[in-house]
Amino acid sequence: MAKYLLLKHYRGGPAPVVDYPPMDQWAPEAVDAHVRYMVDFAAKLEETGEFVEHRALLPEGAFVRYGGEGKPPVTDGPFAETKDLVAGWLIIDVDSYERAVELAGEYSAAPGPDGHPICEWLELRPFYSDAPTVVE
Amino acid sequence: MNEGLLRGLIPAVTAALVRRGADFATAEDAVQEALIQALARWPADPPVDPKGWLITVAWRKFLDATRSENSRQAREARVDAEPPPGPAEETDDTLRLYFLCAHPSLTPASAVALTLRAVGGLTTRQIAEAYLVPEATMAQRISRAKRTLAGVRLDESGDLATVLRVLYLVFNEGYGGEVDLAEEAIRLTRQITSMTDDPEVSGLLALMLLHHARRAARITPAGALVPLAEQDRSRWNTELVAEAVSILQAALARDRLGEYQARAAIAALHADARTAGETDWVQIVEWYDELLRLTDSRVVRLNRAVAVGEADGPAAGLAALESVEPTVPRYAAVRAYLHERAGDVRLAARLYADAAGAATNVAERDHLLRQAARLNAALRP
Repeated sequence: MAKYLLLKHYRGGPAPVVDYPPMDQWAPEAVDAHVRYMVDFAAKLEETGEFVEHRALLPEGAFVRYGGEGKPPVTDGPFAETKDLVAGWLIIDVDSYERAVELAGEYSAAPGPDGHPICEWLELRPFYSDAPTVVE
Repeated sequence: MNEGLLRGLIPAVTAALVRRGADFATAEDAVQEALIQALARWPADPPVDPKGWLITVAWRKFLDATRSENSRQAREARVDAEPPPGPAEETDDTLRLYFLCAHPSLTPASAVALTLRAVGGLTTRQIAEAYLVPEATMAQRISRAKRTLAGVRLDESGDLATVLRVLYLVFNEGYGGEVDLAEEAIRLTRQITSMTDDPEVSGLLALMLLHHARRAARITPAGALVPLAEQDRSRWNTELVAEAVSILQAALARDRLGEYQARAAIAALHADARTAGETDWVQIVEWYDELLRLTDSRVVRLNRAVAVGEADGPAAGLAALESVEPTVPRYAAVRAYLHERAGDVRLAARLYADAAGAATNVAERDHLLRQAARLNAALRP
């Protein structure tokens, strides 16, 4: 098994293929359907034994770094509008890369304002694994 | 009674329930419940007959789960009437349980999870922790595996080769979490050696013990990998090595060579060398040739090229590497090492950096980065 991170972005990544308004402009039922799709998807993954973790992030935040001896940390934020902005993640534990791609594709098919898939770009990233006992 | 001894009883208890007519999936759940009860109760109140206690409690849980009073009475009657099984029968049933949990219809990950629970007697929580997934996910993986096996009869449940492959996978998983998976794999393999006389089981046990013996020397306290040639051999566990070598010699004497015996023979030759320089690489190459006849594996080809490089020099190693596909994991690392030994430091540094980029675990990546950094520093005027 290998673990993969599926990153959702508020902004950034390749150009969207479906043009849709922000969620606050959707019909309430469309919002419900979208949210339900996400919840059902996680539940389905748990049922298949592939679910690890699912978290969402607020769109706010800042960059922070060490400011030097005896000085406070330096912050840079709020984020610029142009910046790539992570919205949350889903971690899965699957048999193969092919399976990870299949699941990411499915996750990206969450319905939009018109009920059709929004085809959101998801960033798929493998985790490093633990070192095996036997190598030589 | 320690937890290891308790867990050692689990497969026989499940087999006893199945022999009484319980289906495997429900029996296994019932035994898990009894196990959890035992873990909570035994420290304060140990039973006189641990196995009898587990069978009684698990059987009661099974009857509760099936909830049918009629069938309950019928089953009770049958249990009362049935003669107790002989030791040979019990061993056969327990061994069949191993086969079932490693059944070829399961994915490797499912077979591993089910084996650790139904044969290893680990709790779902412990297995989930070891594989870094939530307990609910692991529980589902196990129940799906059991659904896949529904309808497979215990007496047609598979073969030893798949069991050994699953145990080797568990061993290789490493040392994370509350449960030591390497030790667990060794314990289960030991159990099978007492149930069958296949020399490959001994071969696998010897192989695991030989690698386990080097554990303390393999990784620095900070977590960095130490390659075999640089390990402090005084930290190898000589008792484990001696045990492994005698197990392996007895297996090899039976003249039914297999993959695990050949791998163990290679590990034993490494263990036998007091310093890296004393390693008998010529014999190791011969064992790799033997291993290639038994299993034409790309990884074995790659490792053989390393051995050839040590036995006949880096040029010969690089020549042997030409028959290996570059897509094999660690190919770049091996090429880097052979080129360094051949004196092409610049190329080796670049290849180590490539290899670090292709590594799939952090310890290996860091090790390869250090190699690249070491060569690059030497190249600077």
